[in-house]
Amino acid sequence: MRDNQQLHTVHRIRDRLAQCLIYSAVFLVGAVFIWILADLARGGIMHLSWEFITESPRDAGRAGGIASILISTLLILCVALIAAVPLAWSTAILLVECMPAASSFGKTVRFSLHVLAGVPSIVFGLFGNAFFSIYLGLGFSILSGGLTLACMLLPILTSTAEAGLRAVPDTYRLSASALGMTRTATLIHLILPAAAPALAAGLLLGIGRALAETAALLFTSGYVERMPGSLLDSGRALALHIFDLSMNVPGGDMPAYASALVLVTLLLCINILAMKLAYGLQRWRIMT
Amino acid sequence: MNANQDDAFTLGPLEAGPVCCDPQPVIQVKDLSLHYGDKIALDKVTLDIYKGCITALIGPSGCGKSSFLSAINRLTDLIPGCCVNGNIFVYDQDIHRSDSNVQELRRQIGMVFQKPTPFPLSIRRNIALPLNEHGIRKQAEVAAITEQVLRDVGLWAEVYDRLDTSALSLSGGQQQRLCFARALALNPQILLMDEPCSALDPIASGVVEDLICRLQGRYTIVIVTHNLAQARRIANYAALFWIKERAGQLVEFGRCQHIFESPSHELTAAYVNGVRG
Repeated sequence: MRDNQQLHTVHRIRDRLAQCLIYSAVFLVGAVFIWILADLARGGIMHLSWEFITESPRDAGRAGGIASILISTLLILCVALIAAVPLAWSTAILLVECMPAASSFGKTVRFSLHVLAGVPSIVFGLFGNAFFSIYLGLGFSILSGGLTLACMLLPILTSTAEAGLRAVPDTYRLSASALGMTRTATLIHLILPAAAPALAAGLLLGIGRALAETAALLFTSGYVERMPGSLLDSGRALALHIFDLSMNVPGGDMPAYASALVLVTLLLCINILAMKLAYGLQRWRIMT
Repeated sequence: MNANQDDAFTLGPLEAGPVCCDPQPVIQVKDLSLHYGDKIALDKVTLDIYKGCITALIGPSGCGKSSFLSAINRLTDLIPGCCVNGNIFVYDQDIHRSDSNVQELRRQIGMVFQKPTPFPLSIRRNIALPLNEHGIRKQAEVAAITEQVLRDVGLWAEVYDRLDTSALSLSGGQQQRLCFARALALNPQILLMDEPCSALDPIASGVVEDLICRLQGRYTIVIVTHNLAQARRIANYAALFWIKERAGQLVEFGRCQHIFESPSHELTAAYVNGVRG
């Protein structure tokens, strides 16, 4: 009887300990996020204004705003997504829907994506510079920057889409087939909507990574802070602007803080928007 | 759209039809062998399924009953490494011929699975989606078919006022009946059922069993069941599968009464009397 009592006490202490560890981990993660956000807000909020968003930078970014930088960033992001998303998602669909999970082709593709995901971004930058800027003659341009980013986004977009598609229960595929539905119809009407939240989450991770990218763009899209006239113009991305202000421009701390605050706010907004979108899409599929 | 009419099933009184007196084979299976890689699931099964009858496939787990069922509507095509040999004729057409239309075959042969498998869509859309796929797109027509099949499975009164809610919000038994309705909507001649009651509670199971009995005579039904009492209650014919030499084989096939009361094979006698299996 006493042994039982002791055992019970030991179990209880162990449970409590585990609980404490988990809670403190959660607290730490939350605290780091809030700390960064608070620091950015403290440093940047004073400098932030409507003019800061709508004016182009002057005096190497010490004065003026970040309008041209924002436009360049969005253009680079668009190019990257337009190039990467169709490639990545169709690869994922091929891997999940048309290949047995254990096929050697699938394994090879997955392995190369893992390797690609581990390549440092500066290497992507040099590759993009050599291939897009010099070999294809795109020069320092938004186009070559965006395409370089697309290469970087492929692994993350493909692996999240693959995981999302694989998580869709096989019973949908079986029962749709048993009802005489074609593979394409099953994919469009059942599998993709069911995987939409995972696809959206992957897209988000990709956008986050692309918005924050600095090294890969240094040698490809360049760091000209003018308003870009076309996709073949050089354009400076927001993350690169922050890097430049804080490292190379004396007295650029305040605009750097403000730019970082804009970047983080942008990321937050995209996050929330995508989550709402995925949720809305699911509801819409159920209603119609 | 009157819920009070829910008792009036559109199937109407069943005609005595060809039940068991004049066995006309609808599905003819000849020397069917089925492998999953190196594993033999079925070895040389030859069996006729008769029109308008309920044929129950019984036997212990892993003896190839479900594989046999999926071979009939070529669902085995979806399983990687699955290899089917032998011939299956549905209405005298070889289903493995290169020019056979597998989508049309599966429309002709409805299937209901062990666990209810509604799509994560609304109740209405669950039935409309396969209909649209088979070219029935007019809203009025789709709505009429939806109401008819939901009445046929006895679900109309329960859901007529919430057709646009998610099918996943239904109970297990309701979901299974929705799956029956979805299969019936395509106007099949043959229904395959893979233990349709085994994931349901006894009451829902009873409702589904009643439904199967109402479908008898209208459709040719092949049902896999582990519930011998159920097989005895509803089936006209029974087939016992067994694992011999690591491969599923057909041991005995015959009239249900014959299989349960005077089996000719000793394994059948042992199985139906609960001595083996």
